[in-house]
Amino acid sequence: MSIRTRFWVALVLSLPMLAQMVLMPFGIMMPGGEWLALGLTTVIMAVTAVPFWRSAWASFTKHHANMDTLVALGTAITYFYSLYAMATGRPVFFETAAVVVTFIMLGQVFEERMRDNASNAVAKLANLQAKDAGVVRDGRVVRVPIDQIVVGDRIRVLPGEKIAVDGVIVSGTTSIDESMVTGESLPVAKAAGDRVIGATINGTGTVDFTADKVGEDTMLAQIVAMVQNAQNSHAPIQKLTDKVADVFVPVVLIAAIATFWIWFVLVGAGVATSLIFAVSVVVIACPCALGLATPTALMVGTGRAARAGILIKNGEVLEAANGIDTVVFDKTGTITNGTPVVTDVIGDETAVVRLAAALEAASEHPLAAAVVAKAEALGLTVPPVADFAAVAGKGVTGTVAGHSAFVGSAKLASGAVPTALAAQATALQDAAKTVVYVGENGAVVGLIAIQDTAKATSQAAIQALHDRGLKTVMLTGDNERVASAIAKQVGIDQVIADVLPQDKAEAVQRLQASGKVAFVGDGINDAPALTTADLGIAMGSGTDIAIDAGGIVLVKNDLRDVATALALSQKTFGRIKLNLFWAFVYNVLGIPVAAGVFAALGVTLSPELAGLAMAASSLSVVTSSLLLNRTKLGVRRRVAA
Amino acid sequence: MAQISVTIGAVALIGFIVWWFFGKHQVASGTAKLQGETQSIAIKVLGGYTPEHVVLRRGVPAVLTFTRSDPSSCLDRVVFPDFGINQALPQGEPQAITIDTSKPGTYTWACGMDMFHGQLVIE
Repeated sequence: MSIRTRFWVALVLSLPMLAQMVLMPFGIMMPGGEWLALGLTTVIMAVTAVPFWRSAWASFTKHHANMDTLVALGTAITYFYSLYAMATGRPVFFETAAVVVTFIMLGQVFEERMRDNASNAVAKLANLQAKDAGVVRDGRVVRVPIDQIVVGDRIRVLPGEKIAVDGVIVSGTTSIDESMVTGESLPVAKAAGDRVIGATINGTGTVDFTADKVGEDTMLAQIVAMVQNAQNSHAPIQKLTDKVADVFVPVVLIAAIATFWIWFVLVGAGVATSLIFAVSVVVIACPCALGLATPTALMVGTGRAARAGILIKNGEVLEAANGIDTVVFDKTGTITNGTPVVTDVIGDETAVVRLAAALEAASEHPLAAAVVAKAEALGLTVPPVADFAAVAGKGVTGTVAGHSAFVGSAKLASGAVPTALAAQATALQDAAKTVVYVGENGAVVGLIAIQDTAKATSQAAIQALHDRGLKTVMLTGDNERVASAIAKQVGIDQVIADVLPQDKAEAVQRLQASGKVAFVGDGINDAPALTTADLGIAMGSGTDIAIDAGGIVLVKNDLRDVATALALSQKTFGRIKLNLFWAFVYNVLGIPVAAGVFAALGVTLSPELAGLAMAASSLSVVTSSLLLNRTKLGVRRRVAA
Repeated sequence: MAQISVTIGAVALIGFIVWWFFGKHQVASGTAKLQGETQSIAIKVLGGYTPEHVVLRRGVPAVLTFTRSDPSSCLDRVVFPDFGINQALPQGEPQAITIDTSKPGTYTWACGMDMFHGQLVIE
């Protein structure tokens, strides 16, 4: 029989007895009196309490005791004592047994529903997956169930359709709503060569893509697995409750026996009074509240983080995120975009860029890509180049439209650089930019400044951390001048430059001497530092190795999520502590009150109220965890345009 | 007279509780049976887990079948924190749980409220 049915039977049958309890002070008595109470309670016991007795007995034979043991003892003692009392003409407590079990069932009905709520984040994620997809086979589109799609299949996605698996677009352009996986609210424009993620929703275009990750390898499947692991992991703080839980119920039983003995032997109260106090002790104790305190908060906290594109790997990470006072960033790819771009063009922009792009199109230098990209952005048609030659350490030369041309160092020019240009070159270099000279017929005609620029969100991200009172540090292999310029731009407190990749972890260790350190990075070379730091935060676009090494993964690659992740971790951990505190305080205060310690002051608890308190206590813990879904995480800073 | 007998009874009962719950007692242990390419074991969920100590062979795909006959909502889920498994156990329905046995070690599982525990040894 389900918990709900058992609850309804108990509630309906105990209503007449509840009415009797209310009406008794007015001298109104139910017809049938004790016999009615006996009949109703016996049915309630058979339907609702006997399953508790069975569970309790089964645990007992295995040397275990749990909440069922307490409920079973509480109800059995009152019921069987009342039978004895009725037979011997003493006052009976049938309604106590009935009402206690009704209240406890009420608590379980709510608790069951709320526990399902707390754990449904994963189900929601898993349900995002598409059911089937249009696979192009022999030039025709065939609907194929998702589990039959293999790597290499060409999949056509129509407007509004769900992307089935991960892959790379081969034709078409569209915009895709990736919010369900990355948490990014704006649709992302996609064209051939761009990656698509399974479970995201296509906008208005039609695209074909080649599947390269299916089944358990897709991003969604990996996120689901990661969230599942996190939600069911143990936070270290739980070790305390594990220890308490092991001894809790037997200790409560001993306390109840002691209560009976004190009231009966020392105080000299009657059997019935002493028994009621002992039963109250058994009924009010709530090991469930202790057991639920950590897992429910962990589940809700990590689930909410996942929806925001922040994957927290486990409870240990969550606990480590507390008390962080320094956040260390890798520079390239984390604070900056990781790809150099043209920031300034001095001279006639179109002419300078066209000339430079013509030469650089043939070059393999990393900076060349920035120049070519700039020409594309300006919509220029790049003329062909003849006699192309790379001059080691200086740049490239060639013939463009019949004129000799060069891009690179000023040394490639035949004469001196005009003073005005030279001054501008120095100014750009002081701003930590790489300057290349562009020349035609031996004379310099312009300058192009190239820099790996800071991400648009970096400054806001750093500011958000400063608002939380954290110190920020940038760790980079770049030279001091370039690093300081970027640091100044985004507002980082301290720069540690010229660090070799293998020394990054050591640098983190030195910072750990003065407090707990979080490290944010994305590259293979960041993995040791990510592991060494108290908390490793990996960018979702980073290498698999970095993602494995990090405790938190930022799926959206938005640096502002560092502050959000820290805030959410601290909120969740704070909630765990609050839950545990209340669960302990509840039991520590509730048990003495139920035992009648304050009876002299007129404060006592009947077993009925004890049952209500116990149901309320485990409910309040679960509710408090669910409220984590609604807590504010502080204002998110906007990016200055 | 009643006082004395109640005192004796209370002390005896407390002594029994301490011995029964805190004393050292044998736990039911079981080794998974090999069937072709897989190993499997049935675990009864009633007042805890029987067996509550399970030994698996390393590298062989393992299936643990949990059947809950206990009506308690305490036992309505089984959680393997190390494997990211949190499986609902509807009363009376056998639920198969696949365990990755690639890493040897001692793991624990627990009920949804972390009150009942079991131990898994992969060797």
